[in-house]
Amino acid sequence: MEIFIQQIVSGIATGAIYACMALAIVMIYQAIHNLNFAQGEMAMFSTFIAWQLIAWGTPYWIAFALTLAISFIGGVVIERLVFKPIENAPILSYVVVFIALFAIFNSLAGFIWNFEIKPFPTPFGSGALFGGLMSPHQAGMIVVTVVVLALLYFFFRFTRIGLAMRAAAVNPESARLVGIRVSWMTALGWGMASAIGAVAGMMIAPVVFLEPNMMVSILLYGFAGAVLGGLTSPVGAVVGGLAVGVIENLAGTYIPVVGPELKLPIALLVIVAVLVVRPSGLMGRKIVQRV
Amino acid sequence: MKPLLSVRGLEASYGDLKVLRGLDFSIAEGSVTALLGANGAGKTTTLRALCGMIARSGEIEFDGRSIGRARTEDIVRLGIAHVPEGRGTFFNLTVEENLELGAMSRPAGRELTTDIQRIYGYFPRLEERRRQQAGTLSGGEQQMLAIGRALMLKPRLMLLDEPSFGLAPLIVEEVFRILAHVRETMKVSMLLVEQNANFALALADHAYLLETGEIAIAGPAEEIRNNESIRNAYLGY
Amino acid sequence: MDARDENPAISEPPADRAGIRFGALGWTGLAVVVVLAALPLFLANFTIFQLTMMLIYAIAILGLNLLTGINGQFSLGHGAFYAIGAYTAAILMENFGLAYGWTLPAAGLICFVSGFLFGLPALRLEGIYLALATFGLAVAMPQFLKLSVLEPWTGGVQGIVITKPDAPFGLPLSQDQWLYYFTLVVALLLYWFAANLVASRSGRALMAIRDNPLAARAMGVNNALYKSLAFGISAAFTGIAGALGAIVVQFVAPDSFTFALSVALFVGLVVGGVGWLPGALVGGAFIVFIPNVAELFNKALAGAVYGVILILLIYLMPTGAGGLVRKVADFVGRRMKPRPDR
Repeated sequence: MEIFIQQIVSGIATGAIYACMALAIVMIYQAIHNLNFAQGEMAMFSTFIAWQLIAWGTPYWIAFALTLAISFIGGVVIERLVFKPIENAPILSYVVVFIALFAIFNSLAGFIWNFEIKPFPTPFGSGALFGGLMSPHQAGMIVVTVVVLALLYFFFRFTRIGLAMRAAAVNPESARLVGIRVSWMTALGWGMASAIGAVAGMMIAPVVFLEPNMMVSILLYGFAGAVLGGLTSPVGAVVGGLAVGVIENLAGTYIPVVGPELKLPIALLVIVAVLVVRPSGLMGRKIVQRV
Repeated sequence: MKPLLSVRGLEASYGDLKVLRGLDFSIAEGSVTALLGANGAGKTTTLRALCGMIARSGEIEFDGRSIGRARTEDIVRLGIAHVPEGRGTFFNLTVEENLELGAMSRPAGRELTTDIQRIYGYFPRLEERRRQQAGTLSGGEQQMLAIGRALMLKPRLMLLDEPSFGLAPLIVEEVFRILAHVRETMKVSMLLVEQNANFALALADHAYLLETGEIAIAGPAEEIRNNESIRNAYLGY
Repeated sequence: MDARDENPAISEPPADRAGIRFGALGWTGLAVVVVLAALPLFLANFTIFQLTMMLIYAIAILGLNLLTGINGQFSLGHGAFYAIGAYTAAILMENFGLAYGWTLPAAGLICFVSGFLFGLPALRLEGIYLALATFGLAVAMPQFLKLSVLEPWTGGVQGIVITKPDAPFGLPLSQDQWLYYFTLVVALLLYWFAANLVASRSGRALMAIRDNPLAARAMGVNNALYKSLAFGISAAFTGIAGALGAIVVQFVAPDSFTFALSVALFVGLVVGGVGWLPGALVGGAFIVFIPNVAELFNKALAGAVYGVILILLIYLMPTGAGGLVRKVADFVGRRMKPRPDR
């Protein structure tokens, strides 16, 4: 029983990583109804920017804030520069452009900062919490995720621009008819997703070390978490991300064939199974509609 | 007096298919104008063209300003509210959020609450359901919500696309009663597209009859209503 | 304003235009085949190897196109079927001593069954969810191949080395040339099969499901069966490509079949044109040659250059080479043939 609880707690700790990433994924899904396969690489790139700022002697939290700002602007610029011109292209072409962005960021990061792994600082200090089950960084990461979630909730629920973004996502044509600049809302969504991805990257980097390929599998877990929670719900994304961490850990411990090698496939398998049973995810919004 | 909206040579097409073939019409400030015609005559397309929702050519002048090339968002900001075909409900937002969105292009302020209260005055049923997801409303309620949302803009001109569509006769009556009341109290001009000519002509001051993308007949609503041959030929009642 | 504009209701009879296009396309196709057949006579062995790989990827993309282009189902995981085909060939040749030619139908059959079985649960998934599920399959495949339980057959992380076949009947061809021609013949046969499938009753059913699943069901099409079949057939094509790939490369190992392969096939599909079968060849060429081109620009930044090329291609032809060809054909068709008056 004790092992079981330990596994759950450490599953939640890893799950926090996925939850962070899942949140960024849901954010962009709201804006463009698509999974951004380059999201992980964008987050990785943002983290390298933070690393560079810190290496130049910038204090951690200032570097953190600067990175958020740069990532936000970067996200908006990518939307305007790369996606605006092809807004009418079929969805499959979109996915190809995500793949292209993936290649570009991965290659650029390796070119600028090389492929050696780099340690990334944590602002939460070292030590052990809960009898060694969780590091302060993991606890801090969970807190940060919850704070981001709360901020998002506040933003979408209580600000006009948040309302406008939701409206643009639900019914773009009608949104234009009330004067909302839908295409800018999309750009804003990109910016926000990119900034949230940066938060995720900076939280994840101290755990997995910084290098250009650090986000590849994390992105997949993030997808899994987002889909598990239902792609339309930020709360669902966080819960889904945590759940994926726990599932992965338990499967690794209790299913004999599943060594560390097979953790990822098993997690994905579970997710596919969940989807087959419940396609809208655990907390996905079912649209009630009467005509 | 100079008309609020004047349109000259308005054309629009879907692909190779020309749907509007040079419309000329105008709407006087404070008046209700009905745009009638059969299915496929180009009524909805006219409204969409006015709002810049489809490519169009020709001159459109609103309140002395040319809007023939303006984008939808900017046209709305000038005070033209469009109640679209299909009602344009934001399904999974609440009724109140739907109304708030109507005022999105005006600066927010304390008056927002009073404006929403006024809309609830027109449509008490919406107030009962203010926290409900708009998608759960009945067709008639969604129509009222769409009109309410348009009014939140404090528009000078309202474009209404078949407000009677798919509604039970009693509800249609209610909707038109409210439109008449709105007209009295808010002094808003309206361009009303309708298949239900009877109701439309009762509300309108002026009417245009559209036939395959061209204006076939124009005149005071009263006259058209009383002209039996037009009624027989075009309006089918 | 010409007559067409005044009579929007009268459109040109479709058979007419199809006639011109078919003729032109037929000749173009023949020319392509002739060029493909002549190429190895003038090229170095390594280039011939690359061209063989291009044909192999084209077969895999052809299979993917049947699924995505014709039936409207997403897959970001066809690399997994490619891997299954490759391993089938390798195991049959090295452990059971089967001649390489016979491994192709075997790989096709095994992949058809795997694809069909995978297609059954996938029936409940659509769009993004299906993309994610198939992507999961692609990610899982290398891990699965590394499983220690399977090691006696798969050779674990080491993989399996295959002997390269010689040209039969004492033909005066190098091994690479022979494998090229062998692949070309297989590719042509499979293309012929795919084209016939699309033109058949079943093909129409597949397309009806893509365009309007509800209406297709109302017309009596068994959606579940056809969608699973599409998955099976598509996987079989890709599996045969995998088997060919194993024979040509002479080696299979788990890490040759990562999700990057699936992504490459997907990119090849879109660049070639979704729903346009000949586009597979364009896609295959893209997969083999563009990364090399990107390296020519700058070795360290090859990935970035590749990405930029890809984005530019999507700008220039958002619907792939197929869309471009269609546009050109329409344009030429209009110029060449005066429209019939009413």
